[in-house]
Amino acid sequence: MNMRVSAGDPAERSLQIIRDLKHLEGPMLPILHAIQAEFGYVPDEVKPIIANELNLSRAEVHGVVTFYHDFRDHPAGRHVLKLCRAEACQSMGGDRIAERVKQLLGIDFHETTRDGAVTLEPVFCLGLCACAPAAMLDDEVYGRVDEHCLSEIVVEARR
Amino acid sequence: MTVTIFVPRDAAALALGAEKVAKAVAQEIEARCLDAKIVRNGSRGMFWLEPLVEVETDRGRIAYGPVKAGDVASLFDAGLLSGAPHPLCLGLTEEIEFLRQQTRLTFARCGITDPLSIEDYRKHSGFAGLAKAIATTPADIVKEVTDSGLRGRGGAGFPTGIKWKTVMDAAGPQKYIVCNADEGDSATFADRMIMEGDPFVLIEGMIIAGIATGATKGYVYTRSEYPHAIATMTEAIRIAGEAGILGSSVMGSSYAFDIEIRSGAGAYVCGEETSLLNSLEGKRGIVRAKPPLPALKGFLGRPTVVNNVISLASVPVIMERGAAFYRDFGMGRSRGTIPIQIAGNVRHGGLFETAFGLSLGEIVDQIGGGTATGRPVKAVQVGGPLGAYFPRALFDTPFDYEAFAARDGLIGHAGITVFDDAVDMLKQARFAMEFCAIESCGKCTPCRIGSTRGVETADKIAQGIEPEKNRELLADLCNTMKFGSLCALGGFTPYPVMSAMTHFPEDFAPTPLIEAAE
Repeated sequence: MNMRVSAGDPAERSLQIIRDLKHLEGPMLPILHAIQAEFGYVPDEVKPIIANELNLSRAEVHGVVTFYHDFRDHPAGRHVLKLCRAEACQSMGGDRIAERVKQLLGIDFHETTRDGAVTLEPVFCLGLCACAPAAMLDDEVYGRVDEHCLSEIVVEARR
Repeated sequence: MTVTIFVPRDAAALALGAEKVAKAVAQEIEARCLDAKIVRNGSRGMFWLEPLVEVETDRGRIAYGPVKAGDVASLFDAGLLSGAPHPLCLGLTEEIEFLRQQTRLTFARCGITDPLSIEDYRKHSGFAGLAKAIATTPADIVKEVTDSGLRGRGGAGFPTGIKWKTVMDAAGPQKYIVCNADEGDSATFADRMIMEGDPFVLIEGMIIAGIATGATKGYVYTRSEYPHAIATMTEAIRIAGEAGILGSSVMGSSYAFDIEIRSGAGAYVCGEETSLLNSLEGKRGIVRAKPPLPALKGFLGRPTVVNNVISLASVPVIMERGAAFYRDFGMGRSRGTIPIQIAGNVRHGGLFETAFGLSLGEIVDQIGGGTATGRPVKAVQVGGPLGAYFPRALFDTPFDYEAFAARDGLIGHAGITVFDDAVDMLKQARFAMEFCAIESCGKCTPCRIGSTRGVETADKIAQGIEPEKNRELLADLCNTMKFGSLCALGGFTPYPVMSAMTHFPEDFAPTPLIEAAE
């Protein structure tokens, strides 16, 4: 499951996360990962709190958040399905699989199904290149994805 | 006597159902009241046989694969515990042709040991290199690594020993070892296999680098797309700390060394060392201009070794067995062994560690066994998304840094993607530009703008719009990107584009228009 339910006041919880990690050398990415793990995305209102705690400008924090593909500005679906779009998976019919999964879910890449069950994202390499095409549903990996396997993944994701 | 059954925990094995297999094996052991235990090992790197189940017998380890959960009961019925015959039985693991032909130095333990058992690691000559490093001087360690001929396995091929010497000689209150585990190239998974299958060898290599250069802190910067590798590395670092391998006194010596693992956030460019350092510092992963070299002003402006996982994981065996032993493998200026990763549309995909010098054709046709689809091989891309496409006509190229450079290619991180004759090379060239546009850090114009213009130009060629003029334009654009970009992302994207255009001109020809006969 990708959705997080956070207890307590978001600002207070963020501050707690930041203070737990700010002693690290280069604490920004660990903080952003922890914030996203907590809320499912990096809320706009957390950026000034990070900026204040790390003695940076809001623009700098915003700049970092938007540089990386991983960080979201809004919550994803309950599950995130990542489909590898890199060369090794292309060589094994990855394009066809991508079209099929879009059809099955009724969405394009970077979109979430209307019931909020699953967000579809492209990924460039999962390191499963010798068992292509590959996919990852949350943290579960799948290799040699074919039509049959794809339907199973989609059923799992719909839950 | 308790029988040991091995079921891999490598992400690729998991992707093919190893978890279900392990559960089924556990159930059978319990239901049949057998005296057996399961070890979750790394992968042997033969992915067409995964999940590969092995059983320890007095003849040696016997392999079965590829095993599905539904096969497990029949394996036990046939007498799995004694290594009995079964349709899935592959015989002695070590005798499997793909493994028997390899020279495994860096991957000597991968797939054999329990990755998180420090006792297992020790039993298989683990920490022998570190013990030698502690007993000698930093200068001698650097000399040993330099003499071994080891070159950066991340792709740049820079001599590791020379980099270490620069950091050793640099003055600074704090120095760092940064392990580049941001393995983003398609067709590569060697770093992932080491982190999941033999994490202690990377830890050992990093500590030796620390002792040699005077660094006391190490970071492993890995990809968020590798959750299993992150989990295994994190656990291994904790275990090494408890065992006194990491900490204020490395194996009871006067040296201190600690390691932290950091996760990237989905930016391919962070595999470039200066971009990685910015990311590690918590900034946008923008490429830095060199000089200053990271060796002198790296992480937080301090002297830093940035080495790839495989470079660092090759150091323990060099220390243990000596520079000459390692250097004796290979050809020309490419010394030692290289873990070649054979991927994509290939029958026998996996990791093949061997001395430099095999020809590309031997690797693809003999070791890889041709395509998975059974169709003819049309092209292979060597070195990831920034590597050149090679046609069959160049299959005599030996696997060596200089030989590939001489043919306008690169070996990069040694990944090979095989394509059958269904591939459209214009589409692949367009993808190379598209990928560069998605992943460009935006700092330099040739990469940021050039990649987008490249996609547009490729589209025009595909649509048959002034094809000749646009092919020329694409070549000119590649020339600008190659010589005008700040880092390898913009600088090497021309390799796949130009090689596709040069070797497969037929795919860049305009679609023939059917003219009505008068």
